[in-house]
Amino acid sequence: MSLEGKTALVTGATRGIGKAVARALADQGATVVGTATSAAGAESISADLKAAGAKGFGIVMNVAEPDSIDAGLKEVTEKAGVPVILVNNAGITRDNLLMRLKDDDWSSVIETNLSSVYRTSKAVLRGMAKARWGRVINISSVVAGMGNPGQANYCAAKAGVEGFTRSLAKEMSNRGITANCVAPGFIDTDMTRKLDDKQREAMMEVIPAGRLGEPEEVAAVVAFLASEAAGYVTGETIHVNGGMYMG
Amino acid sequence: MSTVEERVKKIVCEQLGVKESEVQNTSSFVEDLGADSLDTVELVMALEEEFETEIPDEEAEKLASVQDAIDYIVAHT
Repeated sequence: MSLEGKTALVTGATRGIGKAVARALADQGATVVGTATSAAGAESISADLKAAGAKGFGIVMNVAEPDSIDAGLKEVTEKAGVPVILVNNAGITRDNLLMRLKDDDWSSVIETNLSSVYRTSKAVLRGMAKARWGRVINISSVVAGMGNPGQANYCAAKAGVEGFTRSLAKEMSNRGITANCVAPGFIDTDMTRKLDDKQREAMMEVIPAGRLGEPEEVAAVVAFLASEAAGYVTGETIHVNGGMYMG
Repeated sequence: MSTVEERVKKIVCEQLGVKESEVQNTSSFVEDLGADSLDTVELVMALEEEFETEIPDEEAEKLASVQDAIDYIVAHT
């Protein structure tokens, strides 16, 4: 299998897209370390990978806390080796119309969804540069390009991630390191399950495919970007949204 | 135990992919050994690791040649 012998770090891997990504990379033979914010979450990642007969485990790491990232990366490197595949998936929403958005809603979303990507990427880059091979894959969102009422903070963070990714791609290309984004549309996860029926109906009208996406459909694109075959794709954002937005 | 000079030159060879015979004390990383900006960052990080020291950015910028690096390490470790 193509990712045999490589260690992948996937943030926010207990459920939804992160969980599917962890499985997809493990299916390609990678040793996958998934992060969770709680010990119970980390255990469920370990159990899920074990049940799938895959190599890997879960660890506790809070991407909003620099110290926690340092400790997490140390643990990964000790137990599984230097990660050469990084999937920044962990993210939160704190939705509100801008006129009502609190400073805390703004800063927590920027910290968790954007600053974390800077910190984890920086932390793994050295190992990737030494290996002369690396894959940084950041989970963005369709709203980074489209904008979305009630999500000024989330849209800003995700658009920031895309710009960050393009710079990273230019800086590290000649070390065999690629950096890309995958921008999901409406995917059937806990994040979209929060929406009420009326919101869901409105959503269906703007999705030509007429359905929500599955986490596995996002994970498949991440697995491709992580593969050897994608070595010449860098600085790109790939949309996975059933046709609702085409950039 | 190798001397500082030998250890610095070994790291320069590894990081910049040049032969030992090409590395003189007077060699400039950029002009003589073909380092780009990323190479010089990586080189400084490798020196920091080898000699268990931290080289501040403003000092790192001044390290233009092999001899500069040797002098810095000797003075600071």
